[in-house]
Amino acid sequence: MKQIRDLIAEHPFFENFSDAYIDTIASCGKNVAFNPHEYMAREGVSADTFYLIRRGIVRVEIFLPAKGKQVIQTLSEGDIAGWSWIFPPYQWTFDLQAMNEVSAIALDGRCLRGKCEVDHSLGYQLMKTFAQIMVDRLKASRIQCLDIYGNSNHGT
Amino acid sequence: MELETLNKEWLPEPWTVSNTWVENNDCFSLEIIPPEGKEPEESIKPGQFHMLYGFGYGEIPISLSGYGDGSVIHTIRKVGAVSTGISNLKPGESIGVRGPFGNHWPMQHLGTKDVLLVAGGVGLAPLKPLIESILADRSRFGQLNLLYGCRNPDQILFRGLLEEWREDINIHETVDSAPPNWTKNIGVVTRLLAKADLNPENTVCYVCGPEIMMRLSAEEIVAMGVKAEDIYISMERNMKCAIGFCGHCQWGPHFLCRTGPILDYHGAATLLRKHEL
Repeated sequence: MKQIRDLIAEHPFFENFSDAYIDTIASCGKNVAFNPHEYMAREGVSADTFYLIRRGIVRVEIFLPAKGKQVIQTLSEGDIAGWSWIFPPYQWTFDLQAMNEVSAIALDGRCLRGKCEVDHSLGYQLMKTFAQIMVDRLKASRIQCLDIYGNSNHGT
Repeated sequence: MELETLNKEWLPEPWTVSNTWVENNDCFSLEIIPPEGKEPEESIKPGQFHMLYGFGYGEIPISLSGYGDGSVIHTIRKVGAVSTGISNLKPGESIGVRGPFGNHWPMQHLGTKDVLLVAGGVGLAPLKPLIESILADRSRFGQLNLLYGCRNPDQILFRGLLEEWREDINIHETVDSAPPNWTKNIGVVTRLLAKADLNPENTVCYVCGPEIMMRLSAEEIVAMGVKAEDIYISMERNMKCAIGFCGHCQWGPHFLCRTGPILDYHGAATLLRKHEL
């Protein structure tokens, strides 16, 4: 059975991290599993964790009054779920729901924040990596807003 | 161009509608039979298009979406008067057909390579006959991947076929928005690229969908390591005469009804970013 350290080292998110940093990060991680429809995070609740998804599909949701929950996007194997642990007030901004059985590595954000304060180089590398994910997700969300598959106005 | 050839290309032939069926809430398929003596499979290849003339409504360019028994199939989205008029045709009625026009999806250098197909919305229809050609000779090719993006689950085309193809093709679907009972991906189609099982250096890609989706997909496929020359897109413009005379289909140096609609991304990348086009 693989150790958490190995799983983190194999994850594409950490491919540019040194062995020493992988050790540091792994000390803040644990294996977790979620049942279908179980919530992994709730909007407004303290965000002290983020997840490296190993298996399954996770829904990023928000609740709209009168409309119910709306799924903004799904995340799956190889994706990172959650960056609210990096920025004050450290609260989840969306719900995360396991759509099916989900296996993940949960990383303790508070633990990592502490290590980043001590080692700014680690903090910088983590921040660069998360920034790239944020840029990719922002780009994807912008395209999603364009409604590119909608009816054109000049069809025949 | 010889006058005789020109006249032939201008003149719609009366084909017969043999069947029609609904594909989703705004798309339908039309199966049509050519006049006696004409073999449909020899006349139109995957990627090419016919000009379909709904008598009394007008003419529209529609890509091939499949072959029937002695017939061809076109899958059409109802977006205006002509497409809606054609959607009302019944089996036994006539439809005017010109063509086929344009080039086809290139397969000659496919060899034993991995194949990545990226479709958006009704863009799956022109890829369908290509997929069927590949599946007819499945053992020849490496990994087959189909990534399909739609506005919502109701707009997914060829649901039954997708399930059949899943045995031979690594298929991933995504939608922009979905009700709670949707159990697949939500998000843009480019986010599915990471799920494709392929060797980028030995892969040929075929991309068909809205222009912005093709551009963004091609950019990310190149970033994965696939050569731009190995990525093919299907471009659409306002095709009217379909023989390169009227100029409505001009896109930079291309008259898409003749030198397109299939272009390789290496040649098309710069044009795709030109606001003036």
